[in-house]
Amino acid sequence: MADQTLEVENLHLWRGEHHVLRGVHFALARGACLEVCGANGSGKTTLLRTLCGLIYPEDGRVLWNGENVRRDLRAFHAALAYLGHEPPLKSDLTARENLHYWIGIRRQLSAEELTAALARVGALSFCERQVRTLSAGQRRRVALAGIALLAVPLWLLDEPVTNLDAEGRELVAGLIGEQLARGGMVVAAVHQGLPPSVRNLTRLELAA
Amino acid sequence: MSPESHAGHALAPVRTSLEPTAETAPAAPAADAFEAARLALLRDLQLAFRKRSQLIQPLAFFAMVTLLFPLAVSPELSRLRELAPGVLWVGALLASLLAVEFLFRDDAYDGTLEQYALSGQSLTALMFAKTLAHWLLTGFPLALMAPLAALSLGVSASALPGIVAAVAVGSVTLSLIGSIGAALTLGIKRSGALLSLLTLPLSLPVLIFGARATELAIHGAPAHAPLELLAALAVLGTTLAPLAAAAAVRISLE
Repeated sequence: MADQTLEVENLHLWRGEHHVLRGVHFALARGACLEVCGANGSGKTTLLRTLCGLIYPEDGRVLWNGENVRRDLRAFHAALAYLGHEPPLKSDLTARENLHYWIGIRRQLSAEELTAALARVGALSFCERQVRTLSAGQRRRVALAGIALLAVPLWLLDEPVTNLDAEGRELVAGLIGEQLARGGMVVAAVHQGLPPSVRNLTRLELAA
Repeated sequence: MSPESHAGHALAPVRTSLEPTAETAPAAPAADAFEAARLALLRDLQLAFRKRSQLIQPLAFFAMVTLLFPLAVSPELSRLRELAPGVLWVGALLASLLAVEFLFRDDAYDGTLEQYALSGQSLTALMFAKTLAHWLLTGFPLALMAPLAALSLGVSASALPGIVAAVAVGSVTLSLIGSIGAALTLGIKRSGALLSLLTLPLSLPVLIFGARATELAIHGAPAHAPLELLAALAVLGTTLAPLAAAAAVRISLE
């Protein structure tokens, strides 16, 4: 496990006539965070979706521990947590039920762990309410608890600090810090930058 | 990590300080495929009971079609009995088509499908679980309602077990075919028309053998042959449809 790396080589992707990813190229080692910046429409989300294998790039490859992820996509998926810009929560279930199903599908989960994760993101007070009654920021906190609970080495986060107050942004920074300290990796697409307390950070600027 | 700059993008270290010290915590035991499918099934069942209106809609449709028919045609039981197999099966087919539109729509909208595809679990198994939940919520209740509808069409009580069996088995295949259609039309707005165009031709064998089994049951004749053909279709569907649905979902996510 000591040599976990994520390498991206020369990624090219077209969307119709639009050349979205033009030779994206980076490497990420254990304990490192990559901040993907760029204007709206510069391909941040597209890059994250390509990294996790949802989109096939026209050229280039993604290597996980030196192996092309296409060779065993399921093993790669088991090692990553992807958070899109909408939290993947069911509005008719409570926050706790949502995490119970979402995380339980991937790993064995005890009720105590679930409670601890909800407490960590400050969601205990509203975790028994249906998600439809929660604010956008509260939903994002619940989704972050889910990402932390997955306990996987690679996090791919799309706009993790959107809709969060100052305290919430520090929470994201704290969770990312813990993930990095565990030797995990984080790729975060952010248009206004991660909070300054995130260390070991590299920035990738995507041109529109 | 080396800073590089490129045609389309620039890479620059911003804040570098700490090196990871702690070893990666031992990974939590992964859930096996069976457990994952069980949870996906339970999630859909729980959601359905939170949103009962969606649950009741196809059943109400089936009840209305079959109960209005005697009023519109004639109260003469011998004539109704002749028409019963056709009415029951067209009603069941359309009710199941009505329900299948919702099979993946919410999941695609809120990102659940994306999480399923990235879960590291077999997407085929998860699709099977979703389809099974769909059948438990539509096909199975339809089979339970079929006796009521059959009685209103003048069918004698002795034919009811055969009719329930035929609807129960046939609706499995209808749900499975529907899952392929629903997955294929995921990216399309107002997909209803296309969905029926895709699934109705595939559903015709179920309609034909189901109606035949019902007819034989009404006449008190042994209905084994069409029932076994329905079962064979259900087995074929169970093995192939989740694979096709999973592939279609992957395409829709790209």
